[in-house]
Amino acid sequence: MQIRRTLQKPFGKTLDSTLYTENIGSKLRRSFRGWFEREGSAYGFLAPYAALFFVFIVVPVVAAILLSFTFFDAVQPPRVIGLANYISVLTQDDIFMRYVLPNTITFAVIVGPGGYVLAFLLAWMLAQLPRIPRTIFALILYSPSMTAAVAMAVVWRTLFSGDQTGYLNSFLMGMGVLQEPIQWLQSPQYLMPIMIIVTLWSSMGIGFLAMLAGILEISPDLYEAASIDGLNSRWQEIFYITIPSMRPQMLFGAVMAIVGTFQAGAIGVTLSGSNPTPQYAGQLIVNHIEDYGFLRYEMGYAAAVSVVLLLMVLFFSRVANRLFAGDP
Amino acid sequence: MITNWTRRYTGIRNRGINPQGFHVSQIRFYVILVPLAALMLLPIIYIFSSAFKPPDELFAYPPQFLVTSPTFKNFTDLFSVLSNSGIPISRYLFNSILITLITVAASIFVSSAAAYSLSKKRFKLKQVLFEINTVALMFVPIAVTIPRFLVIENLNLLDTFWVHILPVLALPVGVFLLKQFIDGIPDEVIEAAQIDGASDWRIYWGIILPMIRPALATIAILTFQAAWNNAEISTLYINNESMRTLAFYLSTLTAATTTGVATSVAGQGMAAAAALIMFLPNLIIFILLQGQVMSTMSRSGLK
Repeated sequence: MQIRRTLQKPFGKTLDSTLYTENIGSKLRRSFRGWFEREGSAYGFLAPYAALFFVFIVVPVVAAILLSFTFFDAVQPPRVIGLANYISVLTQDDIFMRYVLPNTITFAVIVGPGGYVLAFLLAWMLAQLPRIPRTIFALILYSPSMTAAVAMAVVWRTLFSGDQTGYLNSFLMGMGVLQEPIQWLQSPQYLMPIMIIVTLWSSMGIGFLAMLAGILEISPDLYEAASIDGLNSRWQEIFYITIPSMRPQMLFGAVMAIVGTFQAGAIGVTLSGSNPTPQYAGQLIVNHIEDYGFLRYEMGYAAAVSVVLLLMVLFFSRVANRLFAGDP
Repeated sequence: MITNWTRRYTGIRNRGINPQGFHVSQIRFYVILVPLAALMLLPIIYIFSSAFKPPDELFAYPPQFLVTSPTFKNFTDLFSVLSNSGIPISRYLFNSILITLITVAASIFVSSAAAYSLSKKRFKLKQVLFEINTVALMFVPIAVTIPRFLVIENLNLLDTFWVHILPVLALPVGVFLLKQFIDGIPDEVIEAAQIDGASDWRIYWGIILPMIRPALATIAILTFQAAWNNAEISTLYINNESMRTLAFYLSTLTAATTTGVATSVAGQGMAAAAALIMFLPNLIIFILLQGQVMSTMSRSGLK
């Protein structure tokens, strides 16, 4: 309330003052100075971040939206073609509909909620260990997320290497499961499962840490009270106490999981070493954008696909919001 | 309040969240966690082990997981060989270190100043701007690579040092976490300082920054990872080989090992050594700062 009152007052004044026959220019100047004294330093502190945010986030997003209504090949200036790009995404882009969209949905549905539930369960287990083992486990589980994708590519390429020196081939051949080596990263039927495993492996990121901290913050009194009230099974406890008490962290974790899932889209190309991936088996939206934007220079079309991707992220975040928002 | 005595004799239990010591009931968690952690650790162990493998072990059949006669040969190779374009690795390493240091320092100030303003200052657009930042948590930078390229091209930032630093500083999650943390500082602290005649700058520098050290450590880690591990910026926005980073160089090494057979023997050992150099700083910094990170994360909630 108080904030609102201090905000409204100066405007009341400026409106009243137009009734008097005073110089409007000096009035404006005075009200600007008043504004500057009140709010200037707030904007001063905000300015460097706001400028960077505007240049590197707002402008690219707006540019993507605008470009998506044009034909643009990076040579000639963009030509407006209305909704044509979106219409071809939906009706003509055979690869998008047959491979990219189903792949992205499979990948997102398994990696997103899968990684998220896994992160929560692991955080929940870790919270019930004493401090030192908890810290060690948290460090181990988090370590894949801090490793650069380029560094991990070294590992995965050797682990899943297509000849007999690859670890997986050598192991399975040693066990007698395989007779001859499999080209894991080049075969359409194996690429997607490997992508999913690799991404799940590195999904205990910042959202996982947030959920762990959230569980640790819940007051023990709540559990005691529930125990007195007759809540007995562990699952009941998770659903009626733990999750409702840490909704904010759950939501933060969910948003981070969704963003991480879509951000991880380059993994198929990293693993197989080519874009498009073998028979489009690991082609996700992100790769499709790169394919059209940087390889075919159909930037307007790529922008339309980018907008579709951003809308998907927004949609899934809304769903997460529905699940966890609101008062417990 | 329930005392330990009543707890013991009435069967009322705190279900073991954040326990002080070991208890038999924890064994089942260890049974699940130890194998899982071991599995997740395998690739990390592999990075360490293969960085020290001599060539005959790297290409041994059947492959050996652990190194038997460790050597520094891969590292000496790495530092003596020039890249295809005649740049020594020390140059990439120097670029990476310099860029990362500047980015982390700048990010701490830019993000904390914005978070201070969004948390403690009063201005009309405050709520709206914070909402915009929260929506931007969902922003997927990889989706707008092309428009970003056009923006950077138009600002004449291609092939400059700035392009390594500036885009990484726009980190909505950093501002978000810092703002939540500063919210925890009571307004009275700031009001008392204002009565004593402290300027805005003095409040920010002398009061806010020292009080949010754990959150600053967290931002430092996030920015460090974003900058140190970044290969895309070098690939997309830099054509001058001498301004590219170690992460980029590593990506060329792995590309060489899959395409060229000739480069593959020396290349794979060097790639393993470079991967270890990439990984170690991440690990060390996280171990040093992990306590601070956890205390920041407890306030990370999205409402």
